[in-house]
Amino acid sequence: MTATLPARKRRARLPWGALLWPALLLLCLLPGVLPALINPLNLGEVGAFDPPLWRLTLTHLGLVALSGVVVLALGLPLAVAVTRPGWDAPRQLAETLVGLGQTVPTFAILALAVPALGFGWAPTLLGLIVYGLVPVVSNAVLGLSGVDRGVLDAARGMGMTAWQRLWRVELPLARPVILAGLRTSVVYNVGTATVGAALGAGGLGEPIINGLSQQNTALVLCGALLSALLALTLDAWLGLIERRAGQMS
Amino acid sequence: MIQVEHLEKRYGDSVAVQDLNLTFPEGQLTALLGPSGCGKTTTLRMINRLIEPTGGRILLGGQDTRILKPEALRRSIGYVIQQIGLFPHLSVAQNVATVPDLLGRDRRATAQRVDELLDLVGLDPAVYRGKRPAELSGGQAQRVGVARALAADPPVLLMDEPFGALDPLARDRLQDAFRDIQRRLGKTVVMVTHDIDEALRLGDRVALMRAGRLEQFGTPDDLIHRPASEFVRDFLGEDATLRQLAGRPVSAFVRAGLPSPGAPRVQADLNARSALSVMLREGHDTLEVLRGEELLGHVAWQDLRGEGHA
Ligand SMILES: Nc1ncnc2c1ncn2[C@@H]1O[C@H](COP(=O)(O)OP(=O)(O)O)[C@@H](O)[C@H]1O
Ligand SMILES: [Mg+2]
Repeated sequence: MTATLPARKRRARLPWGALLWPALLLLCLLPGVLPALINPLNLGEVGAFDPPLWRLTLTHLGLVALSGVVVLALGLPLAVAVTRPGWDAPRQLAETLVGLGQTVPTFAILALAVPALGFGWAPTLLGLIVYGLVPVVSNAVLGLSGVDRGVLDAARGMGMTAWQRLWRVELPLARPVILAGLRTSVVYNVGTATVGAALGAGGLGEPIINGLSQQNTALVLCGALLSALLALTLDAWLGLIERRAGQMS
Repeated sequence: MIQVEHLEKRYGDSVAVQDLNLTFPEGQLTALLGPSGCGKTTTLRMINRLIEPTGGRILLGGQDTRILKPEALRRSIGYVIQQIGLFPHLSVAQNVATVPDLLGRDRRATAQRVDELLDLVGLDPAVYRGKRPAELSGGQAQRVGVARALAADPPVLLMDEPFGALDPLARDRLQDAFRDIQRRLGKTVVMVTHDIDEALRLGDRVALMRAGRLEQFGTPDDLIHRPASEFVRDFLGEDATLRQLAGRPVSAFVRAGLPSPGAPRVQADLNARSALSVMLREGHDTLEVLRGEELLGHVAWQDLRGEGHA
C-alpha cells in the first residue's frame, strides 16, 4: 500500500507559494509574454497560439479538477466502506485493485480506453480517475483506520450511531491525511493529463506534442512550463487547505 | 439500581461471563474487582450493550435494557474508560457537551452546564473550556472524561479502570476528587478495577469475580473480615486490612472522650494506616485526634480493627 502522509517539508513551506505560482502562471498566459521569454533562447520559434494558451490551461485544469471530484466521490465512499468493522477481506481486495491500477502504465490505460470511449477527453478522464484513485483511497483507508480505538469506543459508549461516529469523529480526524492524498493525486494528474493531448483531449499537452512532432523545443518548453506552474499552484492551494484542516484537528 | 440476572457471554466455546447474578445498589459505587481476564470489562460493557449478552438479562431501574435502542440506552448512561478517549479535534467544552448535543439539548443551557461540570471536576472553566485535549495532562484529561460522562446527568455511570493509566500522584488525587463527586451526586457507579486498593478505597460494595463468575459480593469489610472463600482471602492478601485503612482518614475511627495522658497527636485527615504507624513508632496504643487546634477525641488501636464510621 502506498500512502502519502503530510510530509514535514511540505508543512514548512511558506504560504507565499499560494500567491507566487498563480501569479507567475497568469503572467505567462498574457499574450506575448511567453514568446518574449522563450524566443531569445533560440530553441525554436514560438508565435501566436491557436487555441490560445489560456484556453489550453483551462481545459487542462478542467480535466484535472473534474477527475479530482470524481476521484473523491468514488474513493472516499470506497475507503469508508472497506474500513467498517468486519470488512477486512474487502479492504485487502480494494487495496490490491487500487495498487494494481498504479502499476499499469498510463499509456496502456489510455490506449485501452480509446476503443471503448473513442478519442477526446473521455479516455483521458478515465485514465486520470484510475490514477488519481490510488493516493486518495490508500490515504483515506490509512486515515480512517488510524483513528484511535479508545476515541471510537468512547464515541460508541456515549451513544453515537455509526453515522454520527463517521461524520463527527472519523472523517474529521482522518481529514488531514485524506487531503494529503487528494493533493498528491491532483498534482500527479496535472502531469498525467498532458498525455491526454495525444488522444485529442487538448490541454497543455498540445504544445508539447506539437513541439515534439515539429522538432520545436520552444513549444515543448511552453507546455512544460505552464503545466509545472499549474501543478505548483494547485499544490500550494491544496497545501493551504490541508494545513488548515490539520490545525482544526 | 442495576439488576443482572443469569448473565452470560460466550465467545464460541469459551465463556467470558457465566450465570452472573448481581444487584448494583442505587446511589452506591460498586467496584467490579478481579484478576485480569475474569470478565469484568465484558460484564460492564453488557450493561450499556456495547457487548450483547448470549444469555440472561439486565434490568435498569426495573426495565429490561433490551427495550431501548442501544444508542438511546447509552446516552442515558455515563461511560468512562482507561484510554479516556477525548475527541482530539474538539475543545474541552465541545467534548463535555457531546451527549447533551446528541440529545438535542439547548446550546446555551449546555454551555452553562459544561462550566458547572468543569468546576465540579476541579478544572477552572475559564482556563480549560477552550483547550484541546492534547494540551492536557493525563489527570486533567480524565477529569474532562468524567465531566463528559456526567454531562447529561445520567443516573448510572460505568467506568472501566478509569484511573488505571495515570501516574500514582494523579491517580490518588483523582480518586479523592471522584469519591467526593460521587458522594455529592449520589450516582449509581459500576467501576471495573483490578486494583485492590482502589476497590477497597472507593467501593461502597465490592463484587469480586473469578473466571467469569461472581466469587463474593459485599462491603469492603465483608470481604476483608468475612471472606467467602480461600480465593477471596488470597486475592485480597495478608495486608488487606492495611490497604483498607490507607483509604480512610483516622477521623472515621475517632471516639469522643478524654485521651490517655501523653498520647501522640495526629491530624484528623491523616489516613488510618499512617495513624497506626505513628502508634507503632511512638509505642503508644492511643492517639489524640485534632482538627486544626480543636480536639476531636481519641483513637485506640482496637478501634482501627472495627469498621469505623463515615
Ligand atoms: N471479543 C472476544 N472474543 C473472544 N474472547 C474474548 C473477547 N473479549 C473478551 N474475551 C475473553 O473473555 C474473557 C474476559 O475478558 P474481559 O472481560 O476483558 O476481562 P477483564 O476485563 O476482567 O480483564 C477473557 O478471557 C478474554 O480473553
Ligand atoms: Mg478489562
